[in-house]
Amino acid sequence: MSGKAAEGGTAVRRRGPLIRRPWRLAAEVSAVLIAVVVAFPLYWMVLSAFKPAGEIQSTDAKPWTLNPSLDSFRRVFEQQEFGRYFLNSLMVAGAVVLASALIAFLAATAVTRFRFKFRTTLLIMFLVAQMVPIEALTIPMFFLMRDLGQLNTLWSLILPHIAFSLPFAIWMLRGFVKAVPEALEEAAYIDGASRSRFLWQILFPLVFPGLVATSVFSFISTWNDFLFAKSFIISDTSQSTLPMALLVFFKPDENDWGGIMAGSTVMTIPVLIFFVLVQRRLVSGLGGAVKD
Amino acid sequence: MTHEATAEPGAVKTAAPAAAGAPDGRRPGRSGKRRGGAGRRGSGWTPWLYLAPALVVLAGLLVYPIYQLGLISFLEYTQSQVSGGEPTTFKGLGNYQELFSDRQFWDVLLATVVFAAACVIATLAVGCALAVLLTRIRALPRLLLMMAALGAWATPAITGSTVWVFLFDPDHGPVNRMLGLGDYSWTYGRYSAFALVLFEVVWCSFPFVMVTVYAGIKAIPSEVLEAASLDGASQWRIWRSIIAPMLRPILVVVTIQSIIWDFKVFTQIYVMTSGGGIAGQNLVLNVYAYQKAFASSQYSLGSAIGVVMLLILLAVTLVYLRLMRRQGEEL
Repeated sequence: MSGKAAEGGTAVRRRGPLIRRPWRLAAEVSAVLIAVVVAFPLYWMVLSAFKPAGEIQSTDAKPWTLNPSLDSFRRVFEQQEFGRYFLNSLMVAGAVVLASALIAFLAATAVTRFRFKFRTTLLIMFLVAQMVPIEALTIPMFFLMRDLGQLNTLWSLILPHIAFSLPFAIWMLRGFVKAVPEALEEAAYIDGASRSRFLWQILFPLVFPGLVATSVFSFISTWNDFLFAKSFIISDTSQSTLPMALLVFFKPDENDWGGIMAGSTVMTIPVLIFFVLVQRRLVSGLGGAVKD
Repeated sequence: MTHEATAEPGAVKTAAPAAAGAPDGRRPGRSGKRRGGAGRRGSGWTPWLYLAPALVVLAGLLVYPIYQLGLISFLEYTQSQVSGGEPTTFKGLGNYQELFSDRQFWDVLLATVVFAAACVIATLAVGCALAVLLTRIRALPRLLLMMAALGAWATPAITGSTVWVFLFDPDHGPVNRMLGLGDYSWTYGRYSAFALVLFEVVWCSFPFVMVTVYAGIKAIPSEVLEAASLDGASQWRIWRSIIAPMLRPILVVVTIQSIIWDFKVFTQIYVMTSGGGIAGQNLVLNVYAYQKAFASSQYSLGSAIGVVMLLILLAVTLVYLRLMRRQGEEL
């Protein structure tokens, strides 16, 4: 796979006279305009979070504010146990990312470095597992968690999400494990390395970038979860996660838009940071995952 | 991608050097191929050891719930059975009969298919067009567009949904003012509500398509393109005869992924249309199943809808596998 996929700006292809200057300028202007349109909802979210209550309620919404306030944020953090929900969300997403990355790494190694009976069958199963509409499994999952006595605990969110993010993670890691030359493996064994030593001290570090790219998807799908949180955490609100905290600000008569936007901002920022940190790897990782 | 299969070490490697150069489309997984040269010693049970954690988790938390879902869909299962007040009774296909004779089910099924199709087509069109645009511009505007797209991608479904509802809010939203629509309510009409959800879905899912297709275009060796243009091929011809065929595997993947995601849309519909719209006008299968199960405690009907969804997505998967087979890809 080509790791250069993410490099911006290098090697602008010399296409000779194919692209004429005015055309390129038009393309660049439209690209910037599209970027503005795409970023606008996020800008509006942050802006509304900082607007004082009066401006939010007004019927002529201005695209700026001259007196930003932290009132909405204060309301979010005080009214609700927002900090607690935030920690809960982080714990769930963190546990899922770590567990599914490790389990998927082992499984991806098995299906790429070995030939064994039922290998293809397993791969097809992993593919099919990605198609399962997890929302449809809410009902049986609810009963399963009830029987395990895990309702109203964070485990009722962690366990299902590990299972749901595994198939895609295995599928995506395959490409990365495949890209590690076999000669390296043979050399390691000739030098007397044991199987587990090769696995953890040689293969694992080499596949790590792939693990990071894969983790993004596990993180997002877990962080986004709102249905399970709504269905499995019924009575113990101390175990709630962020999406639930957000719903409190929706009121039948008049939504507290300032609170909703402040809560949304707080919820989006960690994912954004995560994304910016791994974006290079993500882009090249997608190229590798899709290719094989 | 197919043209790189040979350049990728280990992609089509066989175990022993003597057997190198075995044909690409060889059926893997034959037990006869299990023993090989170095690094393959005694690999009989090792892969299963590595697979064990994944298989245990998937069996317990995915396969078993799916089995349960199927089971419940054949039973009489409502609130009284959940609380243990009444014994569960076997209904056979009764739930499915009830479902298929319900006009609303067919209405929701049709709405789901049409809505998902519209989302997929719009997402792919926007994503591919912008991927091509990215290859045509210099680093700075490209970075801006990439960053904006990553921002949209990173936004959690629930926050994205709330922000879009706010943008289109009849009283406080900026969109109606910019378009001069007064206090037009987007969520009141069935089609305008679906359109609003579609905007949000496209907004948060085009980045995946754009980034993936862009990575695919960048991976095409520039020598090939140069050779073509030296031979006097037009831009259009280069597109049609070189880039499109090379991108085909990637396009198949993003299309299939989009179909899967858009068919399963839940959060956006649930949040933006407050649980399925006025009088259920914006229900899609996923939300419909949920409402049946948790709002009206008809767990067996909800499960039957879930089974129908599973079967439809399974059919999509089989098409995908056939396409991959036809491209001669080795799993």
